[in-house]
Amino acid sequence: MKEILWHGRGGQGVVVAAQILAEAAYLAGFKGVTSAPAFGPERRGSPVTASSRIAGEPVRTFSQIEQADVAIVLDDSLFKVVDILNRLKKEGIIIINTAAQPDQVGIEGCFEVATVDAVGIALKHHLIREGAPVFNTTILGAFARATGLVSLEHIERALEGKISRDAVARNFSTVKDAYEHTVLRQKAQS
Amino acid sequence: MPDIWEYEESDMSKRDDSISAMCTPAIGEAGKTGDWRSSRPVIDHSKCIPSLKKKPACFLCWLYCPEGVVRANIPVEIDMDYCKGCGVCAEECPSKAITMVREGATDE
Amino acid sequence: MSKVRIMTGNQAAAVGATLSGVQVVAAYPITPQSQLAEIMSQQIEGGKLKAEYVRVESEHSAMTVCISASTVGARVFTATSANGLLYMHEQLHWAAGARLPIVMCCVNRGVGAPWTIFNDQQDSLSQRDTGWLQIYCRNNQEILDTVIQAYRIAEKVYVPVMVCFDGFVLSHTMMPVYIPDAGAVRKFLPPYKPHTILSPEDPRNINPVLFPGRRENTEGVLCDGYMEMRYKLFAALDGARDVIIETDEAFAEAFGRRHGGMLWEYLTEDADVILTGIGSIASEATVAADLLREEGVKAGVVGIRVFRPFPKEDVRRALRKARAVVTFEKAVSYGYEGGLCSDLKAALYGTEVKAAVHGCIAGLGGRDVKARELAEAVKASLADIDDGRTEKTLWLNCFTG
Repeated sequence: MKEILWHGRGGQGVVVAAQILAEAAYLAGFKGVTSAPAFGPERRGSPVTASSRIAGEPVRTFSQIEQADVAIVLDDSLFKVVDILNRLKKEGIIIINTAAQPDQVGIEGCFEVATVDAVGIALKHHLIREGAPVFNTTILGAFARATGLVSLEHIERALEGKISRDAVARNFSTVKDAYEHTVLRQKAQS
Repeated sequence: MPDIWEYEESDMSKRDDSISAMCTPAIGEAGKTGDWRSSRPVIDHSKCIPSLKKKPACFLCWLYCPEGVVRANIPVEIDMDYCKGCGVCAEECPSKAITMVREGATDE
Repeated sequence: MSKVRIMTGNQAAAVGATLSGVQVVAAYPITPQSQLAEIMSQQIEGGKLKAEYVRVESEHSAMTVCISASTVGARVFTATSANGLLYMHEQLHWAAGARLPIVMCCVNRGVGAPWTIFNDQQDSLSQRDTGWLQIYCRNNQEILDTVIQAYRIAEKVYVPVMVCFDGFVLSHTMMPVYIPDAGAVRKFLPPYKPHTILSPEDPRNINPVLFPGRRENTEGVLCDGYMEMRYKLFAALDGARDVIIETDEAFAEAFGRRHGGMLWEYLTEDADVILTGIGSIASEATVAADLLREEGVKAGVVGIRVFRPFPKEDVRRALRKARAVVTFEKAVSYGYEGGLCSDLKAALYGTEVKAAVHGCIAGLGGRDVKARELAEAVKASLADIDDGRTEKTLWLNCFTG
């Protein structure tokens, strides 16, 4: 079972992205997928988390994830307020929405780091809603690239179940772009 | 989401009458309350307005009776099987035609 | 054709109610049930479900509307949580006493004061003696299927059914759920026939004042007194066990899924120690059993699906070979112990089953409970039992010092 923790801010679409990932993973053949917001009230702009579990068999555990296999950071300003690395396994993958390169984000040693400029990609494709770029779906492209757990095709089909055809096309173009422009750094050899 | 559920004409026959507590409205369902009486109303038809005028009039006893046991006939009748003897009719009668008489005493 | 959708527990409950063809819904929104009430109102307002949504100003009124609508022959649905359920309390007794097959989802949440919006099961478990059947779910598939089963059970035994599932833990967690075919559900669930028809041609006074003794009516028929009516409700719940099991079997035949009838078992066949619980914590316990087995402890799980009627024969059978039982409960009877622990011990008393029973209070007000913590608690209990300590109540993950 792979456990994934999402870090973002209220309003960035963390919960929806976690839901689309669950759909994509189910389509990819994983019989056990769960996806949940951090339980409780949520406020726009506050740090929020969501969690996903992906497994071959139906998931029987609903407790909070202690140490995730994958951390997805939608807002790199969160590093200052949330101890993200503390809840990531030592060999885990961290995917960060940032214009910086993996070596520039100040994450040491044992983690695999993937960076993608999801905001830049969303703006490039004019994926903008209410004046703000929409990049929660974009980052799924980086997830597919960094983990190999789901394919682009599964993400596209998952989007089709959620949003209109026109919106699928626009969202998916950013997903593909993110997949191609994700920069990976393997964990340092010890 | 599924389509609208279309109901077939359902058989609305009842299944079991005694599953929940119930009673049917019937005379005497709560027992004959006339035997609760300690005194009973006696009408003097020489004073009772409908009897005197020989037409439907007054009937305040019928209107005020809390048990609904007064019949607005000419002459006025009271169902003694269910009259509890409260005396409201005697109190309200404008011509003092009704007197409350102790049970066991004669009408006169 | 049945199809799979990724959905929350609240969505699963709403699909279950919609497929069941409910005709009247009256619900007052409360966290974590709100999404369920919202979906039902959307379904009705959007014309997807031919039903009446009655907007009410409180949960007490919601249940009153359900009672009235069910009395005149409508299939009704409502849902609530925590203090909302408690506000219904008086009407819960009335619905059961009037023998109305209302189905209600209780999205389990801790009870104030102090306020919490998070999950435990104090709300529904404190309604144990209202005369409702209580069925608890361990995942979202079970929620959808149990709502459908609940109507069939309720309308057979004329007792209302509470379908309970853990707030947030299930209500807000998405997972794959098979949506059964609408036509197959219709076949499984015949239209509701009320036990009494009210009509102007045959007027009656329902649930009048009854007296300590029995009473002869004007037709000379001897009618039940209050105590006979209580006995009939008691007997109906007692007899519901067979209907619940039969319904789960019929469901399995129609849809290929069964949920255990009164209770479900996991690796109990050779189990030395058995973990028990109600709802999602019992699912977590199956992971704990796996961990314990990796360490050489023969552990199994009994998930209590139906809490009322209590599965007394079923627990005696499931626990007959165990040396120890540890209950994990998200509720407590103040001044004693967890209610499941008490009921379980009472069911085993004087029988062949000699397992020691330890009680664990866990996860109140949303306190996280992990499988490895359950496993540790079981190991500690086993050590205590080896030392001859047969009774114990532990507050798991709680600073009790």
